[in-house]
Order: sequence, then structure tokens, then C-alpha cells
Amino acid sequence: MVSFGTRLAWIAFVMAALSAPLHAQVTPGNAFPSLAAAGLSGGRLPETAGRVVLVDFWASWCGPCKASFPTYSRLQSDYAARGLVVVAVGVDDSLSAYQGFVATLKPAFATLYDSRRKLVSVAQVPTMPTSYLLDRSGRVRFMHPGFHGDQTERELRKEIEALLGEKSVSQ
Amino acid sequence: MKSDHAKLCLVAALGALLLAGCSTASAVRVRPWEHAALADDTMNPDRDALGTAMTEHVYFAREAASGGRGVGGSGCGCN
Repeated sequence: MVSFGTRLAWIAFVMAALSAPLHAQVTPGNAFPSLAAAGLSGGRLPETAGRVVLVDFWASWCGPCKASFPTYSRLQSDYAARGLVVVAVGVDDSLSAYQGFVATLKPAFATLYDSRRKLVSVAQVPTMPTSYLLDRSGRVRFMHPGFHGDQTERELRKEIEALLGEKSVSQ
Repeated sequence: MKSDHAKLCLVAALGALLLAGCSTASAVRVRPWEHAALADDTMNPDRDALGTAMTEHVYFAREAASGGRGVGGSGCGCN
């Protein structure tokens, strides 16, 4: 005969287990979730296999996200020839807000729309914006929460240079 | 003996329930990518600078609370 306390304990442990987060935060060292399988819309996903990829999560209501776009455009134009791909993932509530932001800023890199916020939920970004730098095998090597102007650009350039200097790794 | 075991289980259960209730995941939590409404200008209490200044003046005069909102002063109520 199972006592009332034991039953209650089981119920409590099940509740605690159910209340745990569904996804752990993606951090340096983790494999980044597949961009191709994330159901992103709003554009074409550029070829990322074997390239260094900068994934940026942004939203139109986020001031630092707006400030970050010219920097990412510079990074894309400076390093694209050496194998960098910038992919900016918008997480707006509405498609019109996403489209308006892209039309206004006219970024020189790929922008995609995470309409169901599936990718951002899996990545569990700690703040907006957050950028992830992936090595040629798709593993997160550097993560940058927020955007702090020149300081962020310097940090990203340093990390990008280091990753582009690494030899290609077969997947 | 059996009664002690039941009490222990009960305490453990209550503790686990308490921890589950305190966990951030079970509480209502707005994720960073869900801040669209919070980032709207209408959510900024200081969006009307003139209105804020007038309200502050009335507050200071009525409550004799000069300095009470982080402004330098001794709270003499002499404004």
C-alpha cells in the first residue's frame, strides 16, 4: 500500500519535471540548431555549409538591433569573399513589421523571418539582439548578447578573423 | 516507523512543490523575444517630459518632498 505522502511526492516530482525548460540555452561549444530545418520564411537561406556563419536575432522594436545592421553589413562585405555568411533572423510579431524594418534598412546580408519563433525558442537567446558565430562545422564558437557599437564590432571582427583562419573541417 | 516515512515523504513532496513553484520556468515569464509590447513607446512613463515635470512639481509642493525622487536636496519643502 503506497502512502499518501509517497503519492504526493511522485506528483510533486512530476510537476517539477514538467516545469523544467524545454530547451537549454545554446552557448559556445554547442551545435547550433539547423537553419534549414527551422521553417524560416521571408527570403532564401544562403549556402552555409563549410562557411563561418554569423546568426543574429533581431526585432523591429529593438533599438540596438537597428543600430547593429550597418555593422553586420560591413562585416558581410568585408569577409564574404573569405567565407563569412551573415544571417539575420527576425522574430517580430507581424510580417509587416519585419518587412518594414528590412525595407527601411536595406541590409547587405540575408534576412529571414522566424514567424513561429521556433528557432529563437530553441536557441533561448538571453537578450535582444544576440548574435552567434558558428565555425565551419556549425558549432557555436562565440556568442554576443546585445549590441554595443564599435566595441561589439571589434570583438566580432577578432572572432571572425580567428575562425576564418581555421582550416575547413569536414562535417 | 511507517508514520515517520510518510511524514518524510510529505515534507519532501511539499519541498519539491515549493521549488517547482519558485522555478522561473513555471512562473509567467516574458521571454526576450516577446518584448514587443513592453518596448512600445506608450509603455514609457516618461514619454511626456512636460507632463512629468508638472506632476513632479505638484508632488514636491504638496508632499514637501523635494529630493524624494532622486533630486539633490534636503527635503525642506521650501519650493
